[in-house]
Amino acid sequence: MYGGNCCHNNNSHIGGVNLEISRNWRLRNQRYRLVGTECGCGHRSFPPRRICPTCRENPQNPVQFSGTGTVYSYSTLYEAPEGFEQFIPYTVALIDLDEGPMISAQLTDVDPEDVAIGMRVEMVTRKLKEQGESGLIVYGYKFRPIVGCYP
Amino acid sequence: MLTEIVLGDDMKPNQHTGIVGYGVYIPRYRISGCEIARVWGQDAGSVPVQEKSVPGPDEDAITIGIEAAQNALKRAQVPPEKIAAVWAGSESKPYAVKPSSSIIAEAIGATPHVEAADWEFACKAGTEAMQACFALVGSGMGLYALALGIDTAQGRPADPLEYTAAAGGAAFLIGKGEESLAVLEASHSYASDTPDFFRRESNRYPVHGSRFTGEPAYFHHVVQAASELMEDIGRTPEDYQYVVFHQPNTKFPLTAAKILKFPPEKVKPGLIAPYIGNTYSGCSVLGLAATLDIASPGDRILCVSYGSGAGSDAFSFIVTDLIEERRMRAPHVSVYIERRKAVDYAVYLKYTKALVMR
Repeated sequence: MYGGNCCHNNNSHIGGVNLEISRNWRLRNQRYRLVGTECGCGHRSFPPRRICPTCRENPQNPVQFSGTGTVYSYSTLYEAPEGFEQFIPYTVALIDLDEGPMISAQLTDVDPEDVAIGMRVEMVTRKLKEQGESGLIVYGYKFRPIVGCYP
Repeated sequence: MLTEIVLGDDMKPNQHTGIVGYGVYIPRYRISGCEIARVWGQDAGSVPVQEKSVPGPDEDAITIGIEAAQNALKRAQVPPEKIAAVWAGSESKPYAVKPSSSIIAEAIGATPHVEAADWEFACKAGTEAMQACFALVGSGMGLYALALGIDTAQGRPADPLEYTAAAGGAAFLIGKGEESLAVLEASHSYASDTPDFFRRESNRYPVHGSRFTGEPAYFHHVVQAASELMEDIGRTPEDYQYVVFHQPNTKFPLTAAKILKFPPEKVKPGLIAPYIGNTYSGCSVLGLAATLDIASPGDRILCVSYGSGAGSDAFSFIVTDLIEERRMRAPHVSVYIERRKAVDYAVYLKYTKALVMR
């Protein structure tokens, strides 16, 4: 597995180069648009994989997931890691995407007491964190209760 | 082959263009005018809007733009790689140097063969981008161009602007006339150096000229742009089923309508400031979207923006048969207005990053 939406807090610098910038840049397709991979055998993966976990075939083709799914399980955080303090309390969830893979993500636009297993959710692109007042703003997927089209 | 070029005061591309798709986004949170008045000991009976939208802690002009753009593409059903330009108008860019438009373009899948740029003209940055999109598509340089008006508006605490400065935005995919749900009949832009509202580099909040923002600024530019457009193309208020004005509060657009002799019922479908406040660059374009949500084929809509500094863009649109099917493909403005959670002043401060965390 490579990628995902987790934001580590190690603002790694090697030789004066901020590795966070390049790492976040490499992940932009999966974070902004939920781009994973699909194997010839039909297995779909998120985050994207180089080798199919089912048939061990390579290569994998990129596929954009629809972004709709169902809450499988969840937990609410009241003590946040560095960089996430402004969001507490917030809920992270395991989400069964309609196309197959299960992913972990933060929920948004929903109060913790209103989250339930089986709740239908959709992907939105939001701020994941800010690297301080002068650093990068990291955007990526979160999930919220589905918003309908009509009043 | 180019059609006949007609040169006049009105601005009209020499190929038919229009709105192929539109989409909006309004954050979920609201703070009431009464709650703000309570904190500052003001009269709750004279607040300029009932409540205003508040961005959530993970929202900014870019995230607002991404969802609005995605909704515009849902309505248009145009492959994002066919978009020639993504032009984002805002006065609350998350980065001082780094385009919002390239992040939005990346998120909707329009990169890399796309022109991306940010536009600024206070509250009319969104319609300024629309004007450029009409010109780009009308000239044949691109098949489609996306214009956005997006903001998380700033207002100094205890200032009258704090009651209205809100968050939201709209995106309009501009394309050829025959593919459009609303065809551009003509437009007219009007600008002058009128310093009614401004924000200097590195300052967090804007400065405004209080009553000066009314007569020589808002009303002069809005009325001039609207009346000169109608005169240019031989239209009168009776020809329009709807009119949309920039809405910094509830009173200004209704007064502008009265000056131009439009009855209030033609303004009210697009008058959303009482419920979500003034979304700055998103303001008039959200009103236009709310009007498209209920308009019928054949209806004519006049939309007039206003940006401090100062200027107005006026557009005359004719709604086509394509509106009926396309407006059902993405959330209506009223869906986002009704999706609301009231917050108190303390939570409002937390969400707008007014609290120092370290």
